[in-house]
Amino acid sequence: MIERGISKRIESIKFALLSPDEVRRMSATKIITADTYDDDGFPIDMGLMDSHLGVIEPGLRCKTCGGRVDDCPGHFGHIDLAMPVIHVGYVKEIKKLLQATCKSCGRLLLTKKQLDEYEKERETIEEMGGGYLEIRLVTKETAKDASKRQICPHCATEQSKITLDKPTTFREDGHKLTPKEVRERLERIPDEDLTPLGIAPGVARPDWMILTALLVPPVTVRPSITLESGDRSEDDLTHKLVDVLRINQRLRENRDAGAPQLIVEDLWELLQYHITTYFDNQTSGIPPARHRSGRPLKTLVQRLKGKEGRFRSNLSGKRVNFSARTVISPDPLLSMNEVGVPLEAARELTVPIRVQDYNIDYVREWVRKGPLPKGDIYEPGVNYVIRSDGRRIRITDKNAETVAETIENGYTVERQLMDGDIVLFNRQPSLHRMSMMAHEVRVMPHKTFRLNLSVCPPYNADFDGDEMNLHALQSEEARAEAKILMKVQEHILSPRFGGPVIGAIHDHITGAFLLTYKDSKFTKDETINLLSTLRTAKMPKPKIKKKKTEYWTGKQLFSIALPKDLTISFRASICQACDKCKKDNCENDAYVKIRKGEVICGTIDEKAIGAFKGKILDKIARDYGPDRARVFLDDVTKLSIGAIMVRGFTTGIDDEDIPEEEKRQISEVLKNAANRVKKLVVAYKEGLLDQIPGRSLEETLEVEAMKVLGKARNTAGEIAGKHLGLENSAVIMAKSGARGSMLNLSQMAGSIGQQAVRGERLSRGYWNRTLPHFEVGDLGADAKGFVKSSYKSGLRPTEYFFHSMGGREGLVDTAVRTSRSGYMQRRLINALEDLKVKEDRTVRNTADTIIQFTFGEDGIDPSRGVQGEAVDIDDTLLEVLGEDEFLLLAGEKEIAGYGKQEKDMMNVEMEEEAFAPEEGED
Amino acid sequence: MPFNVMEHQLVPEHRILSEKEAKTILTKLKISKEQLPKIRISDPCIKILDEAMGPVKEGMIVEITRTSETAGRSKAYRLIIRR
Ligand SMILES: [Mg+2]
Ligand SMILES: [Zn+2]
Ligand SMILES: [Zn+2]
Ligand SMILES: [Zn+2]
Repeated sequence: MIERGISKRIESIKFALLSPDEVRRMSATKIITADTYDDDGFPIDMGLMDSHLGVIEPGLRCKTCGGRVDDCPGHFGHIDLAMPVIHVGYVKEIKKLLQATCKSCGRLLLTKKQLDEYEKERETIEEMGGGYLEIRLVTKETAKDASKRQICPHCATEQSKITLDKPTTFREDGHKLTPKEVRERLERIPDEDLTPLGIAPGVARPDWMILTALLVPPVTVRPSITLESGDRSEDDLTHKLVDVLRINQRLRENRDAGAPQLIVEDLWELLQYHITTYFDNQTSGIPPARHRSGRPLKTLVQRLKGKEGRFRSNLSGKRVNFSARTVISPDPLLSMNEVGVPLEAARELTVPIRVQDYNIDYVREWVRKGPLPKGDIYEPGVNYVIRSDGRRIRITDKNAETVAETIENGYTVERQLMDGDIVLFNRQPSLHRMSMMAHEVRVMPHKTFRLNLSVCPPYNADFDGDEMNLHALQSEEARAEAKILMKVQEHILSPRFGGPVIGAIHDHITGAFLLTYKDSKFTKDETINLLSTLRTAKMPKPKIKKKKTEYWTGKQLFSIALPKDLTISFRASICQACDKCKKDNCENDAYVKIRKGEVICGTIDEKAIGAFKGKILDKIARDYGPDRARVFLDDVTKLSIGAIMVRGFTTGIDDEDIPEEEKRQISEVLKNAANRVKKLVVAYKEGLLDQIPGRSLEETLEVEAMKVLGKARNTAGEIAGKHLGLENSAVIMAKSGARGSMLNLSQMAGSIGQQAVRGERLSRGYWNRTLPHFEVGDLGADAKGFVKSSYKSGLRPTEYFFHSMGGREGLVDTAVRTSRSGYMQRRLINALEDLKVKEDRTVRNTADTIIQFTFGEDGIDPSRGVQGEAVDIDDTLLEVLGEDEFLLLAGEKEIAGYGKQEKDMMNVEMEEEAFAPEEGED
Repeated sequence: MPFNVMEHQLVPEHRILSEKEAKTILTKLKISKEQLPKIRISDPCIKILDEAMGPVKEGMIVEITRTSETAGRSKAYRLIIRR
């Protein structure tokens, strides 16, 4: 079925005010009574639920249009207000108007000459193509200019000062202006004086900002619900309108009976309150109207505003069918392009299968088995069958047989998910395209989505309670598109920088390290154990034979995962960056050399296979294609976790143990540093400090102190680090890049160091000191936030405070940053969402006009390029010339194919970390 | 003109296309004039071109040659519109 229609573009939108006349004209009925239903449950005429306002109950007919529930759109009614009331939404505008116009003649407080000048200014802006925003700047200035004038240039009346008592009370020189008086003044403003103020007189008269008739929304907007007990429960808006009607009624009676002014005024103000809260129940300055239960009412503004409001919740985001959401958990034995789907979810999610000659037999078999096929092994059932005429039949165990017989070409069968189906998998916030990737389904027991750990970085997922969404695709076209464009392996290389975003993390890196570090070797049993999980493992010949026992080296086993002709060399994460690299003979085994798919030397760690940094991964993804990279990463994962389980791996607080002697040395270093700061302070106080050029004396002291203390912390870290070697699990993790850093370790074992806020030593808190524990004016190390203790030894009370201060800054920073970057993200997406690269490589919008003549000006897909460059010439040369000749050509240059990436990719990762801070809880 | 913006290093090279060139470009891109990005006739660069090279009218096409971070040099075309 092709839907035909005419598409049009919105050229402009005009905003105007509703006049009381218009309110009455569009009203289907006047509403005078606060009662809603009579004793028989029928709507009362001229009540809030009058059947002229539309129908919400099936069977009844609308008295205005004659339609039933489905055809009647609902109709507005109105309430005639006994006294005028100010519309809260316009108080700012009203204030501006009162201030800018004369109290007696109503003219704008500007001379003819000024008016002409402003008119000219508006005209030039319009001529230059300025829009509403630019014009508004002029009209704002006009109003400001006018309100400055004390004496009316037209009638010479002296103006008095207008103030606004929030939310809706206007005062003139202190005494109150009633809404009626305000309205009279606004009425006096002539039409020609409105344009300079940015109001279009044809469609908006300022006096309409004071309400004399209140529009009542149709009942369809505020339906009442019948509870199980038979009681009716009314919508919040109806409740509010009841209040308005009651007070309006009392006000009218009192006024007509000539009641004392005071009573009338009180009621008038009450009416103002009710109407104000009817519009916005969070108006500042007045208490929100509450339900009997104490819950604040949800009135008009509350329906629209905020995350749960109409815009963000119902228009920008909608709920969809064929989707599932649950907690995620890891499964390293899944391939990275698979997702484990709980059986319950798989039974609920369906894929439409169109019945044709080629599939009718087995589709019929599916239908016959009903929605819950028996048997121990999961088999997809069928939830619905859609006939050729579009009728849906729910399949039950009872009707399965009979429906199966009726299946014919042209039917659609909604089959439950089965292994191999393509689904979209997503984790919010969806900040980049890798936040939503296509996975293959694996139906599994238990209730969580299972995923491979390599896809955690692109989704920014962890397993502390994170939930993810899954969408079952509903058309062949969508499935094909997802398969080609959205599969996980298609996203290994990020378009943001030319490197892998998907790669080994945490234990997989530790495992690879344990597998390949130096001369690690494995017995036959261990080797079989390791290789048994691999897809295509043939047992290689043992590399080492010692006293009749055969051993397989870790490097040899790792090589199984590599493509057979891979050649690459680079320095591993554990490299100490010696002055002169010994390459093959590196005593740290930090120089990785792979020739013809064999690891000759070097340790495999983060630099080889890690997300963001993995060079082997990068090269395989580039040279052998995404599918090979996926297989590689899956194999490496299995080898790594195999190795880590064979060797065993644990970490604990005793990994940060250091001997007494070192502890003494560290405390010595810290004491010396504190003393040196003390000396600096003395020198500063005596004026003997050498001032740094461009700095004040105080700043000089701060800089020097920071330098001394920073150095002390580093020395303490080094002393501690000396005793933390690669036999230490925590160090293995830090050095191989699996998790944590040497800084983290030295803060645990050595000293935490100087705490800072805005890059300076702590200084605020009490008068001229940080805490009452110190003397006023103390500038020493201890008093300004230096933490000598380590995390392991525990902090002294003052240190604890300082540490909290430093830590708080980080939290505030991330909170501010995430909200700001989220806002920026939304703006960018809104600006770019309809642009697309066409077949001729031009970037165009939906109107098919050209935005950019060639995508990115060079037509290069950034994820295919290397670090923003279209090609890596060094790598190509190396490939063509071979290693020896390339070395001759390049001289001293590093032969690592993607060598120059190193530095930049580190930056990228740091940004990444800054962008997505670690979460405390979920 | 007090200051010639074209001499500023951040202002790229502008050149009015001849009718023939314009036609070739449009055929090459397989688009109509309206699908091009626009530039106002009141744009400082167009004003200068108008002074230097004779009358510039609405509907003409300028070729803008920019130095590009990715491509070295890149060419863009804009349709001259009124105001
Ligand atoms: Mg989490
Ligand atoms: Zn109706
Ligand atoms: Zn006047
Ligand atoms: Zn080395």
